[in-house]
Amino acid sequence: MQPSTERHTAEMPSPASSQEGAAEELRVVPLRHPFRWISGGLAAVVLVAILVSLASNPNLDTPSVLQYLFHPAVLRGLTTTIWLTIVAMVLGLAGGTVVAVMRLSANPVLRYIATVYIWFFRGTPLLVQIIFWGFLGALYPFLSLGIPLTEITFVQVSTSTVIGATTASLIALTTNEAAYAAEIVRAGILSVDSGQAEAASALGLNGAQTTFKVVLPQAMRVIIPPMGNETITMLKSTSLVSVIGGADLLSNAQSIYAQNFKVIPLLVVVALWFLVLTSLLTIGQGFLERRFGRGISRTGHPGGFAARWISVRRNKTLSIEPEEQHR
Amino acid sequence: MSMSLSIAPDVPMMEARGIRKSFGRVEVLKSIDMTVRQGEVACLIGPSGSGKSTFLRCINHLESVDGGQMRVAGQLVGYTQRGNKLHEMRPADVAKQRKHVGMVFQRFNLFAHMTALENVIFAPGVVDGRRGSAAREAALALLERVGLRSWAGHYPAQLSGGQQQRVAIARALAMQPRLMLFDEPTSSLDPELVGDVLDVMRDLARDGMTMIVVTHEMGFAREVADTVTFMDGGVVVESGTPAELFGNPRHARTRAFLSKVL
Repeated sequence: MQPSTERHTAEMPSPASSQEGAAEELRVVPLRHPFRWISGGLAAVVLVAILVSLASNPNLDTPSVLQYLFHPAVLRGLTTTIWLTIVAMVLGLAGGTVVAVMRLSANPVLRYIATVYIWFFRGTPLLVQIIFWGFLGALYPFLSLGIPLTEITFVQVSTSTVIGATTASLIALTTNEAAYAAEIVRAGILSVDSGQAEAASALGLNGAQTTFKVVLPQAMRVIIPPMGNETITMLKSTSLVSVIGGADLLSNAQSIYAQNFKVIPLLVVVALWFLVLTSLLTIGQGFLERRFGRGISRTGHPGGFAARWISVRRNKTLSIEPEEQHR
Repeated sequence: MSMSLSIAPDVPMMEARGIRKSFGRVEVLKSIDMTVRQGEVACLIGPSGSGKSTFLRCINHLESVDGGQMRVAGQLVGYTQRGNKLHEMRPADVAKQRKHVGMVFQRFNLFAHMTALENVIFAPGVVDGRRGSAAREAALALLERVGLRSWAGHYPAQLSGGQQQRVAIARALAMQPRLMLFDEPTSSLDPELVGDVLDVMRDLARDGMTMIVVTHEMGFAREVADTVTFMDGGVVVESGTPAELFGNPRHARTRAFLSKVL
């Protein structure tokens, strides 16, 4: 704080000095904040106490954590978790876009179906849905392909042979995600000013061209941040499929500690991997936000994290942006 | 100029007969008749809520009419006549009709995710498949025409209102329209930026573009328009040359309006 206040006096001369030129400069005494030091110090002491207690606790068993961090079963589970996340998000976003378009459709039947879909899949817990899909065979022992509402059947198979634990996990995560994504996509589409679609129509674009080239690219700006959060939530929600033996990171860690009882070290391994993945996702989200924020941020394309950070800092210290480009 | 642009010289560019339009129970257009010949500049003036903007939007079917017939270059807008029945057009056919009617909006409505150049080059590429360096040169020439060639790489948010509106005019011109509609093009501009936009419109009129302009700029109407039409309460109160309408208004309502705005 000290240097900036001194610069403050240098840059902004007091009225007296500007009038008389050689007048004496007045020193600014910054406001003291004693409570900041007290509260910050207390918080630091508590934090250090927790860390020391954890570090000295033999049950944390750091050697076991390191031993299992790259264990083949852990890495296999990690792979399953990653691809479940990616596939469920891609399919969920695609399905969600369809449901969102249905919900905004002029057709009342489609609108009603979309509303009920969202109501059902957002209204029941994901864990219940996962278990439900895991036990689908109890509801429909056989799956058949035929003409609906008739007795005509072309193919019939046992449910348990086509829908294993992994497929059930994927279906559960995808159908659930589609309901949430639908609302996000719908909000994105509604956020685009109706004048944009009107201008596109006036230029002779048809409905599909207007939607895909004018409305959706601008909706992306609003869709991306919540979808980034959805991806991070999804990554963690994949651990729920452990209840039906989905072979994800948590499932595999559980089967290891079921044998050697090293529960805490393996849960630490799981937590560390999730932290690594969510950190990577956060970085990726930043890149996407800048890509689809084109034309909105006045600075254009900031170079990267460093540039962004510096520009944020600069805006905080200077109240007026040097941006007198227009005419 | 393509074949579709040629129409017989005696066919009016825009002909409205008995146009009616209601929003819910409110009738905003009560049987509007209006004719604009090729190469003419027609200004629509009147108090807000008089139906001028709605009428303008009926010309390119952004609003469908509830009664009457709208013709642009002799073609019925939004409907196909078969025998004594009018069939509503499919959206794709409406889009084709709109291609040659350019529109400029009060709020500019530039595509916010595209630069000035991309805004101009966009519709010819998507609608007519005109791409590549020739299309790019044509778009840059249009930006040159509105005085903004050096701003080609800027996004709308980086342009002033007047610059945005000039880009919007260039964007509409890129589709080679035979009729240009202006919906209060200077109403949301700072006063010192209005002049540049009106200059561009004046040049367009001088080049022989047929224009229908909803405006509150009486000076522009007096100087550039061939006909001025005064609307109030969903009807055309009176219409004439600028000299007639501004110099010698026949109706009390016109006189009352002009006394407030002049």
